Amino acid sequence: MTLELQNIEKNVEGSQHIYPTSLVLEKNTINILLGATLSGKTTLMQLMGGIEKPTQGKILFNGNDVTKVSVQKRNISMVYQQFINYPNFTVYENIASPLRLQKMEESVIDQKVQEIADLLKLTPMLSRKPNELSGGQQQRTALARALVKDSDLILLDEPFANLDFKLREELREELPKMFENKNTIVVYATTEPSEALLLGGNTVLLEEGKVIQFGKTQEIYRRPFNIKSANVFSDPPLNRTQISVKNNIATLDSVSWNVSLQDGEYTLGIRPHHVYPKKNNEKFFEITGQVSIAEISGSETLVHFKLKENEWVSQSHGVHNFNLGETTKFYIDISKCLYFDNQGAFING
Amino acid sequence: MAKVKLDNLNHSYVPNPNPEDYVLKNINIEWNDGGAYALLGPSGCGKTTILNIISGLINPTSGSILFDDKDVTNLSPLDRNIGQVFQFPVIYDTMTVYDNLAFPLKNRGFDSSYIDKKVKEIAEILELSSTLQNRASGLTADGKQKISLGRGLVRSDVNVLMFDEPLTVIDPLLKWQLRSKLKELHHEFKNTMIYVTHDQTEALTFADQVVVMYEGVIVQIGTPTELFETPKHTFVGHFIGSPGMNILPCDVSDQNVTCFNHQIKTSSDLKNIQSNSKLEIGVRPEFIKFSSTGLPAEVKNVSDIGRYKVVECLVSDQKIKVIVNEGEEVPTDRANLEFNSNYTKIYQDSWMVS
Repeated sequence: MTLELQNIEKNVEGSQHIYPTSLVLEKNTINILLGATLSGKTTLMQLMGGIEKPTQGKILFNGNDVTKVSVQKRNISMVYQQFINYPNFTVYENIASPLRLQKMEESVIDQKVQEIADLLKLTPMLSRKPNELSGGQQQRTALARALVKDSDLILLDEPFANLDFKLREELREELPKMFENKNTIVVYATTEPSEALLLGGNTVLLEEGKVIQFGKTQEIYRRPFNIKSANVFSDPPLNRTQISVKNNIATLDSVSWNVSLQDGEYTLGIRPHHVYPKKNNEKFFEITGQVSIAEISGSETLVHFKLKENEWVSQSHGVHNFNLGETTKFYIDISKCLYFDNQGAFING
Repeated sequence: MAKVKLDNLNHSYVPNPNPEDYVLKNINIEWNDGGAYALLGPSGCGKTTILNIISGLINPTSGSILFDDKDVTNLSPLDRNIGQVFQFPVIYDTMTVYDNLAFPLKNRGFDSSYIDKKVKEIAEILELSSTLQNRASGLTADGKQKISLGRGLVRSDVNVLMFDEPLTVIDPLLKWQLRSKLKELHHEFKNTMIYVTHDQTEALTFADQVVVMYEGVIVQIGTPTELFETPKHTFVGHFIGSPGMNILPCDVSDQNVTCFNHQIKTSSDLKNIQSNSKLEIGVRPEFIKFSSTGLPAEVKNVSDIGRYKVVECLVSDQKIKVIVNEGEEVPTDRANLEFNSNYTKIYQDSWMVS
């Protein structure tokens, strides 16, 4: 089972919502659409499902052209950020509704509803109406309805965004397990890099209607194609600064190290957790910054500081105290640096 | 700015309440003048009710609210002189950014030179100086929320500034910027600030002191470090930290604590334990490491989130999570779990044994 987008694009009244995009999604995979608000996640999802038609390009399902097939005739489920349930139906009837449309036998319906309710911990609530449930339970009901009918394609558009932090954490953990051994293609839209990493699978990075990278989530995180990818996939934001390289030696602040790069100017990127307030390792390099703010979360310390004109963040374990405005030393793990050329392309240093 | 005190507050939304009708029970809080505070808990814990009681939108069933030791329980919202920023931006689309920021001051009849000075000062910090003459209608959601924050911060005469989930609608990358801006503003102006949220990261990074609420009760008041290192209640252990604290059944006899027939060292004083209570061990994923000795477990699942991995282990049917830093080895199949005894506590009927 595959879903293939061939050069699809979407233009609405002269404004380009999705630039030409080609992607192949395989069965039994979770595919994350990661990007900021208005980057095109929802539009791309609606194109995949046939809820919107592309201006150009083709959509193939198992090799068959489904570009013009209506959404009703395709076997698709969608869950939105806002919980959508039938208010006058019980939880049981909400979950059973797509199966009733397929005119399934009562005993099969009952078995399927009970199974999915058990998986989503809804069994005690089956006879209640949605308005008697908490937000988390309502969204689980919507999820159960999407999962119960064995869809070919399940589209989840920021499904946990309206939920409490802890509930989100719990559902996020359960989600990959719900799809284990299912012949389904799952697409999940989010604005949060950490959510993509927790869910794993594949990631499609989106920026302003363009797919800027597609691949295994872990690989994109560790090897971004370019500085835009690295930035979308970084929380807190990637630390950056300009460096110059001469005779295989890179120089930053007052430190220098060996690199295998041609002479020239580069952008160096380093993630906040590779910038330390203490020299934990002999190989770390020392840089000097001016502290603008320190945030202590109990388990971690986040220090925002100025490295020349750049705003940097150091994210480290434990509690470290800083005075605001003080000039102090930080230590970076050079082996974790990412190098980008003048066009922003990733270069293996 | 003022010191805010909530004295023995109780609240129920029904008249003549029974004990189970109370949504707030015995709330006692003292917030000092100029401090940065957070009220943290899941939806339905009562945090918004407290906010509405402070601002005067709700009259508590019993108890009182004091600003600088003056009882304001019966004052109207207007007379309490409070600044508030909500989850969604509240601004005037047809006005310029400048007029939006000036509005709360004009309303109170401040003279125009003072208004101009304050507006420019706030705009500078929020990086809005270059857009002051633009109309607010063209701005993005986060741009509008910045103005909402600015409108709250522009008045220095308020008793207290309250933020109700102000960053919920903001994208993660911008959240970082706005959060540190807010902290910077607090540092600059020393307002008494109360920040209400269900998001532990926002609460812990913003506040000097956090009030954790659960089902209408305060379960702990402490600094972020205290809440992380010594959660007083299993709920705090679970709610703070991602993933939260592992809570495991245990037995205590004589001077021995055992968990799945394995002896565990804790830093709780066993003399404080009463018989016939439910006993559990609490230890955070950060304070467990793999070693050659320790509780035998099965490694079930590893999720790599970049800077660390969360390893899910099983001891009989009990899940135990362990955090392993980037680059450290994770054993396959079988492992032994060693708990750091300094951060391993016993909980008696859900409350920590000191």
